[in-house]
Amino acid sequence: MIGHLLLVASGGFFGACARYGISVWMNRRFPSAMPWATLIINLTGSFLLGLLAGGAWGDAVYLLFGTGFMGAYTTFSTFNVENVQLIEKKEWKILFLYIGGSYFLGILLAYAGFVWGTTLGNG
Amino acid sequence: MKTLAVGLFGICGAMLRYLIGLWAQDWWASPFPFGTLTANFLGCLFLGWFSGWAASIPNMPAWLRLGIGTGFVGAFTTFSALSMESVTLVQDGQLGVALLYVLISLFGGLALAWIGHGISRRYARRPAKGDEPR
Repeated sequence: MIGHLLLVASGGFFGACARYGISVWMNRRFPSAMPWATLIINLTGSFLLGLLAGGAWGDAVYLLFGTGFMGAYTTFSTFNVENVQLIEKKEWKILFLYIGGSYFLGILLAYAGFVWGTTLGNG
Repeated sequence: MKTLAVGLFGICGAMLRYLIGLWAQDWWASPFPFGTLTANFLGCLFLGWFSGWAASIPNMPAWLRLGIGTGFVGAFTTFSALSMESVTLVQDGQLGVALLYVLISLFGGLALAWIGHGISRRYARRPAKGDEPR
């Protein structure tokens, strides 16, 4: 139990740092009304979590890289707060693309990662 | 300093999400991913409120605002698990449950972030007349 928590904690530390670093860098480099940083983070994280799940690498690997890192790297709260901000600015087209792109591509990429993962790991 | 704060608060968020997941598994032995949904919903309500509230407090140090908002709540909620759980539900033949999960997450998350944002506005600290500028 404590061991499991430590794995999730270690992954969570680096996942949150990675998300922060990428979003600061992207918002400086590519400022835009579309929240590209969160979108790319959530999509790459969904793909990589699918890859991990497909590979069936064992509980410890999944807790560290999946529940810990990918869980903390991707975010649902920021995504929705950004949606509320887009509603307030009446950016309907961007809102629609952001929500649709996040869910549709997120699930599709998780599936693609899973399928690829089964060919790589022990799955 | 800011990155370290995000990481350290992120540890707490990730551990709390994991514990809620375990707790949800014990309480509702159901294919529906209640753990992720609970963490995601609570996080949306909290961040909706916190982001508005923190903006009304110019004295709040940046490391604390980023630590709580980006680190803690950001790591507490997750999008990758939502995607992967939807895929697993479809693979298990539970297409209806998968669709329900995505739709509840979509509209529920949006509504809760909106409500949180509204609460921060309703109770926003407005400088009263004669307040000393700080």
